[in-house]
Amino acid sequence: MDNIGTHSLDFFELDHNENTKAMGRSLTNRILTGICVTLSLLTMIPLISIIVLLLKNGLPLLSASIFTELPPAAGMTGGGFGNAIIGTLVMVGLGLAISTPVGILSAIFINEYSQTSRLSRAVRFVAKLLTGIPSIICGVFAFAIVVLPNQTFSAFAGGVALSVLMLPTILLTAEQALMGVQNAYREASYGLGATRFQTIVRVVLPDALPAMMTGIMLAVARAAGETAPLIFTALFSQYWASSLNEPTASLAVLIYNFSTVPFPHQVSMAWTASLVLVAFVTIANVAAQTIFARKN
Amino acid sequence: MPIVDQQMTKQTSPNSNPPVRKDFLAAKDFNFFYGKKQALYDINIEIPERQVTAFIGPSGCGKSTLLRNFNRMNELIEGVRHEGDIRLLGKSIYDKSVEVISLRRSIGMVFQKSNPFPKSIYENVVYGLRISGQSKKSTLDEAVERSLRGAALWEEVKDRLHESALGLSGGQMQRLCIARAIANRPKVLLMDEPCSALDPIATVKVEELIRELKKEFTIVIVTHNMQQATRCSDETAFFYLGKLIEFDRTQKIFSNPSEKQTEDYITGRFG
Ligand SMILES: Nc1ncnc2c1ncn2[C@@H]1O[C@H](COP(=O)(O)OP(=O)(O)OP(=O)(O)O)[C@@H](O)[C@H]1O
Ligand SMILES: [Mg+2]
Repeated sequence: MDNIGTHSLDFFELDHNENTKAMGRSLTNRILTGICVTLSLLTMIPLISIIVLLLKNGLPLLSASIFTELPPAAGMTGGGFGNAIIGTLVMVGLGLAISTPVGILSAIFINEYSQTSRLSRAVRFVAKLLTGIPSIICGVFAFAIVVLPNQTFSAFAGGVALSVLMLPTILLTAEQALMGVQNAYREASYGLGATRFQTIVRVVLPDALPAMMTGIMLAVARAAGETAPLIFTALFSQYWASSLNEPTASLAVLIYNFSTVPFPHQVSMAWTASLVLVAFVTIANVAAQTIFARKN
Repeated sequence: MPIVDQQMTKQTSPNSNPPVRKDFLAAKDFNFFYGKKQALYDINIEIPERQVTAFIGPSGCGKSTLLRNFNRMNELIEGVRHEGDIRLLGKSIYDKSVEVISLRRSIGMVFQKSNPFPKSIYENVVYGLRISGQSKKSTLDEAVERSLRGAALWEEVKDRLHESALGLSGGQMQRLCIARAIANRPKVLLMDEPCSALDPIATVKVEELIRELKKEFTIVIVTHNMQQATRCSDETAFFYLGKLIEFDRTQKIFSNPSEKQTEDYITGRFG
């Protein structure tokens, strides 16, 4: 893009003829800017209409009891989806607890310890492949390694499925975040006699953390809304869960279940659950961003 | 009381310095390779104690490469290899008993582009102390004042020690990097074009600082600026295509060089 400096230089130093050319250029510039602005406004239309739709259909049932009560039986009214909210929080939390350390440590390994080794290349390749794997496969995987041996659907299995789903996003964004740390910082640290471990902990990670957080939030946002990995693993429950080892409700599966039944109250509740889900993800996102913006 | 000041009062003229060791830091038949590409050929050089030695030569002649071998920074690059030896006070820096960590502490480095950490001024200065396990506040405070005074920065920043170092001017940042390096109390300071990104006024300050620092430290400075070499160095080494062409008193190199290539370079006929 032309910056202001070059423009003013044009006006100072070039003759009249060049001057008109410069004006022509600035016209093209303005037209292009206009097109870009219009297109970016267009991309906001789907987003805005989703939000409007969610508010319109989801707000009517929104109340405190939605958060504290259990889902109504088929055909009944009232109730809420407190168990599904907790289920989603627990399973996303479990997924994070597994995938964040694994993802960040792998990223540190492939970017800070051995950038070009065969193992690093393999990890990077697998992570990229995993980003393209349909989420339902994550469910099938967790079904095979957790649900079958345990003989029960469970929040734990759901957490494992979500962790597989989140891992590649977290790993790859963490790697990007590490790559974004200026090499000059690493050099300065080594030059002062720091070990690699000290350099990573004291200089590299603090600098990369905000970008890593963005990756983690992206992963959370995606995982919180996924139904497919949970249907095979956590299934659903009408009741409060008392352990990680029993079928567990989640917002995503509740939305899926309730939006396909013929009862208007349940359908309406599915809208409210969608609104709550979107609100959660947004709040978590904004909170993470402000915390890290303030820290820097 | 900062060490630099003490020495200033004790020793009024630079000539009254205690006798200097001629081979404080030395390279012996040193060859260096980036993969298959050889960057240094049979370097033999003895850098004298508490003097400023300037490395000059056209771009790509291996000045930085040699400099970065003195504190084994180049080992961080994959696929590098060396032959020959480098000795600090007569002892090989490649000896098994030498820890690269402590070597880098005793041979500090200042980079071309100033690179303070995105931390406070204070935390930048004490970084080297913290990583060596020092956390006593009084020791750290003392080191901050001593180092910042040593780098002629104390008066300018003493009221904002806990503000981010990234808010300093370019010249201040570079002096902060010097302070950070001398906080480790190194024996040698390596400076790779420390003024190339600075404006003339900041450059003058850093040059004055270098002349001051040589009372305490052995300094090697890479520079592309001939005036700078004459202004602040005692010895000058001229490199060309990975070889050390000539090494002598700075005055001699710039008034009456022995080698034709040196003369061509300093008179601006090439490079
Ligand atoms: N990381 C590296 N990998 C491969 N070759 C390198 C690397 N760093 C430097 N070289 C090569 O080694 C030679 C010497 O480079 P060096 O940076 O030491 O030169 P220099 O004298 O410091 O040049 P300048 O004045 O431009 O800084 C050059 O040919 C350069 O291309
Ligand atoms: Mg260089």
